[in-house]
Parts: sequence; structure tokens; C-alpha cells
Amino acid sequence: MKEYQTITEISGPLVYAEVDEAIGYDEIVEIETAQGETLRGQVLESSDGVVAIQVFEGTSGIDQEASVRFLGETMKMPVTEDLLGRVLDGSGRPIDGGPDIVPEERQDIVGAAINPYSREYPEEFIETGVSAIDGMNTLVRGQKLPIFSSSGQPHSELAMQIARQASVPEEEEGDGEASEFAVIFGAMGITAEEANEFMEDFERTGALERSVVFMNLADDPAVERTVTPRMVLTTAEYLAFEKDYHVLVILTDMTNYCEALREIGAAREEVPGRRGYPGYMYTDLAQLYERAGRIEGRDGSVTQIPILTMPGDDDTHPIPDLTGYITEGQIYVDPDLNSQGLQPPVNVLPSLSRLMDDGIGEGLTRADHGDVSDQMYAAYAEGEDLRDLVNIVGREALSERDNKYLDFADRFEKEFIDQGFDTNRGLEETLEIGWDLLSMLPKEELNRVDQDFIEEYYREDAGGETETEATAD
Amino acid sequence: MSQTEAAVRDDGIIASVSGPVVVARDLDARMNDVVYVGDEGLMGEVIEIEDDTTTIQVYEETSGISPGEPVENTGEPLTVDLGPGLLDTIYDGVQRPLDVLEDKMGSPYLDRGVDAPGIELDEEWEFEPEVAEGDEVGRGDVVGTVEETVTIDHKVMVPPDILEEDETAEVVAIESGSMTVEETVVELDNGAEVSMRQEWPVREARPTVEKKTPRTPLVSGQRILDGLFPIAKGGTAAIPGPFGSGKTVTQHQLAKYADADIIIYVGCGERGNEMTEVIDDFPELEDPSTGNPLMARTSLIANTSNMPVAARESCVYTGITIAEFYRDMGYDVALMADSTSRWAEAMREISSRLEEMPGEEGYPAYLAARLSQFYERAGYFENINGTEGSVSAIGAVSPPGGDFSEPVTQNTLRIVKTFWALDADLAERRHFPSINWNESYSLYKDQLDPWFQDAVADDWPEKRQWAVDVLDEETELQEIVQLVGKDALPEDQQLTLEVARYLREAYLQQNAFHPVDTYCPPEKTYLMLTTIKTLNDEAFDALEAGVPVDEIIDIDAAPKINRIGVQEDYEEYVDDLKSEITEELRSLY
Repeated sequence: MKEYQTITEISGPLVYAEVDEAIGYDEIVEIETAQGETLRGQVLESSDGVVAIQVFEGTSGIDQEASVRFLGETMKMPVTEDLLGRVLDGSGRPIDGGPDIVPEERQDIVGAAINPYSREYPEEFIETGVSAIDGMNTLVRGQKLPIFSSSGQPHSELAMQIARQASVPEEEEGDGEASEFAVIFGAMGITAEEANEFMEDFERTGALERSVVFMNLADDPAVERTVTPRMVLTTAEYLAFEKDYHVLVILTDMTNYCEALREIGAAREEVPGRRGYPGYMYTDLAQLYERAGRIEGRDGSVTQIPILTMPGDDDTHPIPDLTGYITEGQIYVDPDLNSQGLQPPVNVLPSLSRLMDDGIGEGLTRADHGDVSDQMYAAYAEGEDLRDLVNIVGREALSERDNKYLDFADRFEKEFIDQGFDTNRGLEETLEIGWDLLSMLPKEELNRVDQDFIEEYYREDAGGETETEATAD
Repeated sequence: MSQTEAAVRDDGIIASVSGPVVVARDLDARMNDVVYVGDEGLMGEVIEIEDDTTTIQVYEETSGISPGEPVENTGEPLTVDLGPGLLDTIYDGVQRPLDVLEDKMGSPYLDRGVDAPGIELDEEWEFEPEVAEGDEVGRGDVVGTVEETVTIDHKVMVPPDILEEDETAEVVAIESGSMTVEETVVELDNGAEVSMRQEWPVREARPTVEKKTPRTPLVSGQRILDGLFPIAKGGTAAIPGPFGSGKTVTQHQLAKYADADIIIYVGCGERGNEMTEVIDDFPELEDPSTGNPLMARTSLIANTSNMPVAARESCVYTGITIAEFYRDMGYDVALMADSTSRWAEAMREISSRLEEMPGEEGYPAYLAARLSQFYERAGYFENINGTEGSVSAIGAVSPPGGDFSEPVTQNTLRIVKTFWALDADLAERRHFPSINWNESYSLYKDQLDPWFQDAVADDWPEKRQWAVDVLDEETELQEIVQLVGKDALPEDQQLTLEVARYLREAYLQQNAFHPVDTYCPPEKTYLMLTTIKTLNDEAFDALEAGVPVDEIIDIDAAPKINRIGVQEDYEEYVDDLKSEITEELRSLY
């Protein structure tokens, strides 16, 4: 291994050095400063004689005298089952004071794409215990379902609730060992306070035992954030596809990750795409999100819940926009519902789980699940629309039918959505509440529900059928 | 690769690497030549030449590749292998079969530097000649057939590049029976040998005689498409929509139920799980016209979003070249590209790595040209062998933020003649397919009407116009309703709203996940519309006779319209329902 003292230019997070041997693209670099500090980086561009290096810890303290060592390999993550229960920094080094990690394997953090032919289609339900998700936007194993939120919203509480409650109803047959559940938590640029909340919650509920935590805090180097999610996902893939865990990956906050990408792009003087983000951001994000999934012949799965705060609560901003095009749906956290005190403040109308249809129904959840959720969507959407009208003409001016929909929307928010961050609701319970609410409407309004289900579940005494019910309050 | 005159050119070495773009020195290559980069032999394509440096886009991940490694030139442009075995196969963007890759790599991950021929070279096919010794054949002429799948007879043709235009040659020898794709099946007197396999450069359209006006619809079994916004066989369509509005489901429905002979489905930058769904579902689904498995008429190209960006750029070309090949056999081919925005973004990404001067929103200035070149390869053609065939191209567009004013949508709309606008609001209220009936259009409507009149009913165009008028009126009335409430409207307008509601809920909505409703033949589409028209006519008669609108709306028969879609024996159901509606309404006065 040769050492060079040939740094020619230092600019933002980038260092340019002259070399006299062939250096591979993406290779790992160590830079030792005059003060004896060792910084790590990665080759961003390699050409004859000159390489561009992105330094994870930031370039402060580096001068032209610093020495550069090329390690001759791309970045690797040491993986082992013993990682469970550990807390690591954004580059995968333990920060919990525990023993050193003895890796079973060292895996390349730039995961190769899964051959679509080798994937197995995700269709097994994950019960999160949150009605807005289980009932209306069901999560399945191997899915990537982001939470679209904005600053000041309780997305972390929702994520913690999911991490705490998530379970996979195991197949009845029980041949062989049941796969275990593991949570891998990747924090990118979150504040120390937020991090503490997460850690306290992990410790309080004993969830840490089945978790691996990667922490890149707000004051940690931004460039490091570009490797943190890759470390997280490499660990997830190892646990899922070699150790048979069902892994739930929570990445927060993807917005900080994208800011770091933009920072590097700007430092390299690249032609920017929309709003200054690099043109390859779609590809880059896809390389993270697409690492969710299941593989034929392997028992485990990787499910992702990335969290992103939408700048200005605007979902057309490039970060949520590109994310939405890659992920299989999204859960919206709504500031209005939050200010009304709903917990979790999930707005189900724009939310969507693309894999829901294949993960629910007879044999998977309950036969009426799909119909119930469709009908509740339609009814809540109608009630929402009518609210605008009420503001103009008042409730009295509306028909009895319209009033029923307005009541439905109110009760839907109060009884179905607002369950509190500490309540773990089973799917049965969620669907029963759904039927309680749907029975407020006359039977013939339930045009999305199969007749048989109406006969089985419709509550005759709930007022939906009585003509004389006074609904206008 | 076949032996062409262009001998292998001089090889070069890598000068620099940055993501998918590699610069080589001393490489003597032509534009668009395919090269193998580095010790691992990663496949790439020449995209820029300047002095002695050559810029290459690499179709595989470039981690760990370093300057000084060799670059080998094949001297040939990017080509696809054409021949029996294309159907019932799933490829990546440069036509490597994904199942073969899995075998060769022995891992569920896509490794680098593994190549595989586009069609199986060892497999034997039963060749049945259709020419005799002494016959004169020209370019593109069929010399025999092979049963490629249960659905499709593969026609073996004289490759267009071995004879001049209008030149013919005499057949001097014929083989028949079991043969591999590389064995010669027919020999010509000019020395040329025809085998089942031919190659064609992907960026070049296969020759035809002329483009004709398409007059047959591509029947999709989707009510809103067939009924209101039909596309022709040989037509072009765009489906733009924000995420979550159902582009992919619409594309899948078309791939499953469109009455084309061949389906080429290009998943360009799509989700891995979605492609897996296609791979899982299609072999099990039945082709509604033949009853055979859908895969027997389908070729899939899957370049998911995390697969190399350069291969994403080439995958639509791979798809349309295969489509043209089947068109040459006289088949109607439908190509779905999901999504063309990802393709455009791949161009943008490569272009920015080349530091080209960007056009609008960072897209390269040649974006519009590339899009129109692609869509122009679709059409209803007279082929060079005298047969007629078509390629219909249906491209999904994913506009950022659902804003249709962005460059990819706008440039696409300038070319395509059918526009199916997906609407997030409709999707939000679970109105699927969420195609907005006010914004969408089809410029093929008039030229396709004779077909529908002939095949379904004489008054097809009038009925359609009636539905459009009612929906238009509803849109206007809804604006008033938003202000004053429904009850403030005059009774006849309230009734129009009710009729429009059935049009929206029963006719325009269609449940892709219901086993019966998912496919609606044009006859059923028509009968459903006439049922709603019956309701409309009878209801207005009743209103005129003095029946209050509330009573009319409340009749028990009307909601049954919503269940026509799920009826298997719809003819009887519709007959009964029509008389039920008529009786019930007439009993009111």
C-alpha cells in the first residue's frame, strides 16, 4: 500500500490527489492529517494521475501535507448476528462502549441489484397495530413504504410505534423455526435530542435487543450520511437473507441524506437537476429503496419505512416526488390532523399502499378487508368534500344523506384514526371499528362491499337504516 | 456477434471512471460501437469521440474499475438477437435473459461481467419450410415457420440486410426438422445463408414499405378506454400521472387484455416487486382471445430502477426493435413502456455526466428528438414482405409532482394521438382507473368508429357522445353544487347529476382486481351504456309526467347498474334490469 503526500486541491468535502498507480472507482481512502487524525473517504472519480476523494468526516484539518492511503477495496460493512442490540455511528463503528465487533463476513455496502427474476412477490401482512396502516394502507413484508411528513410533526412517534408493535402473524403450519423480527434503525442527521428520544424508547420497551442502531447526528459530517443507509441496508440484507430474520428498516431522515447528495454534487460542480439536486438522485435513491424485498428460497425479508420531512409540506418537492415514484406507496402525516390532536395524525386519503391488494383478503387477513377499506375511503373522501360545503351553506342546508357522510368523517377520525401512540390494535379490532362506522350509512350506500359481507357484518342497530334518525346536530 | 466486414478495431485503455461514464484512450471506435470495459469485461457503448479519447456509457456497475484496465472494441453497434425464443422470456435492458443470468451467476443478485445470448443457442426448433428450391425470395420474405409458443407461429424471414431493396435471390437448398437457431435453414444462390436467428441494431428502425392510417382499434377490455378514448392498432398513447394514480395498473391491464397478437412490456426504471408481480402473474393468466397462458404472447424487458442507468436508456430501444421484428411477420404488436420519464431521466443523467449543455430542466436538448424517434417507430405498416402489421406504443409518463407542463409530458403530447390523463384526486377517492374524462382525448375516435359500428352497434358513436355530454354537464353543475348545494338545483339538473353518477361509478370505474370486471368486452361496455341511457330516458319521462325527482332517484332497480360490471352473464342481467327500471319508473305515474 502506497502513501501519497500529493494533495493538490481541497474543496468542500472533496480532496484531489495525484497518484502514479491505477485507483479503482469507489475505492476506500484513509487520509492522515498532520495532527495524526485519520479520516476516511471514497474515490468519486478516478482518472490517469488524479483522483477525486469525498471525505466522510469533512475536510477540516486536512492540508496539502496530509498523507493519503488507498486501501485497494471498496467500502465494506462487517456483519454478524451479534450486531443485534448494538449502537453504531454513521460509519458502522460501535459507540455504545460495548466490545469490538467480530465480523462473520465483510460485505460490500454498494449492494448489487436483486435480479427481478429471483425476487419473491411480497404478500404477507405485517401487523403494525395502527388502524390507519393495517386497515387502510396495509404494510406487507418486503415492501418499502415511506412516511411523508414535515417539520414539527410526530413522525418519529409513529415510526417508534411501528417499530415497537410490528409483528408478523406466522403461518399456521409452523414447519421449521419461526423467523424472528429485527429492527434496524438508521438515523441520518437527526438532532441529539431526537436521538435520545429514540434511544430511551428503545431501552424502555426492550426493543433494543432485537435492533441495530446506526446514528449519524445533525452535527456529524454530512458526507457520512451518504454511506449510513448503505451500511444499514447491507446489515439488513445479511440478517434477512442469510440469517432468516424479518427485518424492518427505519431510515430517518431521508431529506438530510438528499441534502448531503446535493452538497457533494455542488462541490464537484456537477450540472444540477431540479432545485439543485443532482440529476442522478432518482437512481441513487432507487439503489437504496430497491434493496427492500424478498428473495425466492430465502426465509427472511427486508421491509423499509423511510421517513422524510417534506420541505414546506410540499409533496412535489424533488425528494418526496422521486421517493414516491420508487416506493410502493406512502403514508402522509398531516399537520391539520396533528393540530386537532389526532394520534397518529395520518391522512389516509393521499396515503397508499400499493402492495395492499395482494397482502389482504381471505387466508391472509380477513375476507372483507379490501371491501371495508375501499368503502371507508370513498365515504371519508365524500365526507371530507362535504366539509367544504358546510362552511358555506351550513349543515341544515344539506340532505340527510350528506349529513350521514359528515358524521361518518368525524367519527372516522375520532374512533378509527385517533388511537393514541401507545395503543396496539389487532386487525380484527380495526375491522370491527370499521364496520361500526360503516353501519352509520344505509346499506345501499355500501356499493363497494360484497352483499355477503354486508349480511354478515352490518350492524342493524347502528342507525344507518333508520329513516327518522336526526343527524343534523 | 455475427461476422461483419468491420474487423475488430484496435483496443484501448481506461483513462478515467466516474459512475457509469468511462473515458478510454487510444480506442479506435465508431459512435455507438459496443465495447467491453475493464478486466471484468463490462458491456458499454461509445457515446462521444474526441481526438484520441472515447467516452463510453457502461451498462453495469463500475465500482472498483480503475484507469489502465483494457477496453475491447467489438466494432459493432448495440444489437439484439432476433429469432424464436424471444417470447415467454424476461430480459434486462440489453437483452440478457434474467433467468439465464440467475443460473450463470448462481446468486439472486446481478453480478457484473456476465453475458448471455438473447436467444437460447442450443435449443432446437421444428422448422417447417414454406418455400421450395428454385423459388425467388426477397428481403423479409418468409421462408418457413416455427411453433414458438402455443399461441404464436414464428415466421422465419430473410434478414433485410442480406439483400438490396427489390433484389431477389433463388433458393438453392432447404433444410427442415429440428434445428438450432444458428443452423442454416435456407441457402440462396448468391451464397447467403438464412438461419432462424438474425441481429438488428437497436437504434435503427427495421425497414418497411409504408405507414398506413390505422383503422382497427386495439381493444383493451377497459370501458373508459374502449368506450371513450380508444387507441388504434398501430397508434400511440401516453399515460401521464403523478405517483399513486395507477399508471402501472393501467399498463398491466393493457398488457393482459389488449387484443394484440404480441405484447412487449418494457419495465423501464420500474419497481422490482412490480416486475416480479408480472413474472408471477402472466404465466398463470389466460389470454382472453386464445385461452393460452399470457406469457405465450409476451416478452418482458425489466430494467428496474436500481439496475444500471445506461441499460435503462437502451431498454426502450431493445423493446421496440423486438416489436418491429414481430410486426414484420404480420403480427399486431403492442409495446408498453413504463415509464418513459425514467428513460428520459437516464438520458439526462448520462448527458450531465458528459457535461453537455442542458436544455429545459436539465434534460438534454435532444430529448424531443429522441422521444419522437421512438414513437415514430410505432404505426400500422405495410412490411417489406407484403404483409401488414402494426406496432402500438403506449408510454407511461411520470411527471414530477404530477405537473403536466414538464418537458417529458409536453414533448410526448406533441407526438402521441391518445392521451389518458391520470388524476390523483380520482385515485384518492379510489375511482379506478383514475383516468380523467375531461382532460383525456383520442384523436383516433373518428377513424375507429366504423369498426365499432360494424362489430358492436350502429349507434356506438352517438351513445358515446351522449355519455360525454352528460359528463361535461355534470362538471359544470358540480361547480354550482359546490356553492349552493345539490338541493338548490332544478329537478332536471338533479336528475342529470344522478345519471352522471351512474356513468362515473358503474361505467367509468372498473375493478381491475375483480375476476369478471377486470375485462369488459366492447359488447358489454355498450350494453352497460345503453342501460344507463334507458335509466336516463325513462327517468326524464317520469319527471315530465310530474313524478318528484326524489322518488325517481330512489327506485330500487337503479343501484343494480353498479353490479353489471361483475356479472358474467351480463346480457340476461342487462335485459332484466332494463325492463325492471322501465317498469318501476312507469309505475310511478
